[in-house]
Amino acid sequence: MNVPTDRKYTETHEWFLPNDDTVTMGITQYAADELTDITYVELPEVGTTVKVGDQIGEVESVKATSDINTAVGGEVVEVNTALVDHPELINDDAFDDGWMIKIRPDSTEPLTALLDAKEYTSFVQDAV
Amino acid sequence: MMESVLETPLYDTHVEMGGRMVEFAGWSMPVQFAGITEEHIHTRTACSVFDVSHMGRLKLTGDDCESFLNRLCTRNLSGADVGRSYYTHMCREDGGVLDDLIVSRFELHWGIVCNGINRVKIITWLSKHNPKTDVTIKDETLSTAMLAIQGPKTLELAQELVDTDLSSIKRYRFKTFELMGIPITIYRSGYTGEDGFEVVIPSGVVKMLVPRLLGTKEQPHPVIKPAGLGARDTLRIEAAMPLYGHELSEEIDSLTAGQDWCVDLTKDFIGAEPMRKLKEQGLPRRLVGLRLEGRRIARQHYKVYGDSREVGEITSGTLSPTLGVSIAMAFVAGEFVEEGTELGVEIGSKRVAATVVKLPFYKRPK
Repeated sequence: MNVPTDRKYTETHEWFLPNDDTVTMGITQYAADELTDITYVELPEVGTTVKVGDQIGEVESVKATSDINTAVGGEVVEVNTALVDHPELINDDAFDDGWMIKIRPDSTEPLTALLDAKEYTSFVQDAV
Repeated sequence: MMESVLETPLYDTHVEMGGRMVEFAGWSMPVQFAGITEEHIHTRTACSVFDVSHMGRLKLTGDDCESFLNRLCTRNLSGADVGRSYYTHMCREDGGVLDDLIVSRFELHWGIVCNGINRVKIITWLSKHNPKTDVTIKDETLSTAMLAIQGPKTLELAQELVDTDLSSIKRYRFKTFELMGIPITIYRSGYTGEDGFEVVIPSGVVKMLVPRLLGTKEQPHPVIKPAGLGARDTLRIEAAMPLYGHELSEEIDSLTAGQDWCVDLTKDFIGAEPMRKLKEQGLPRRLVGLRLEGRRIARQHYKVYGDSREVGEITSGTLSPTLGVSIAMAFVAGEFVEEGTELGVEIGSKRVAATVVKLPFYKRPK
């Protein structure tokens, strides 16, 4: 299973990649594969303020609809608008082209409590 | 304790071919191989093979079969032709649908194909109603395998594999013959809205047949590809074929489900009386097709609104890979079933506009 080591993960299959002053988030390739073909993505607008644990959007596939929750609070500064017309980008490359939003975090502290790549990998493998 | 999950004789083949296995109706089945949308389009344009061995396959023998089945089935089976299959429902006394099934008349026996999820229920129902008949019921689900080969190129490609003239098997007809000494029954039917065949063969030999159909992992067939239950579902939704547990259930009668074509109210069968009454009084709700605005999918149990009140419920929905629009089926109140009626579907916190459209959503070009 391909799980990049440069970022943090939740047990609900979101990933968080800290950059200079923002955190990029998306869902993992495992989650995208499990959902099957993604047909629709709903994301917040730029400028939205979010708190830790807030639902920031939804992904919908042929099989299911899933909520997306953020593990960091702050302001949404960028949204991957390409996903509106091409939600399949998440299936193609969940960790890169399939990113969802960038948040300017109030604090990156909550990230320390999340899973690292190794922990996430074993979490998924245990779940199977 | 959960009962153990059944595996079809092709379980290993699916895993080897990259199938993602999920539990369905008590069986471990592939939900997808290359991807649901890709498999869907491939079935509409070429040829796909689905393992449908989870479907129940029953063999009924005895002189009383015809009258016995005619009393239990909505369809008139009296004088059924040998070599022909009949889509029918089996209902409770109150008209609620126990299952939808295919009944086939062989020369010396009758065959039933029922939903995997209802196999035990149907066997129990049949057994309960035949104490005074000479009918014997044999469950052949585990001793046989069933494949659905579907798509516009099926006839041409399948013909390369057998000597028997397949084009002579017309829609809803079947033929039993030997292939390499193996008894095989080929039905011209399916659940995709495409032309195709459904094949039943002994479970012990199905693995031998598969490489002839699909090739191997190293050398896959250039045209015939495996497909999973995910595509099977989106294909049947486009073709507006009912799925038990969605458009059909014990709480729904055959008429409300829009399947009156398989119901003969002039004969007596279990469930006929309440359906006659219902027909006389007019159906309070009916199954309709909906076309939704946008790309969101309406799923089972989502609420349908008309004139700003709740008037129905979604049964199935998908983003149609063929049409590129969001489609759904729903039960709605009688006054909202006309084509062109504007309705709304509650998706999350939003109300999405939907229009009543004619079913099926997709019809294959003749």
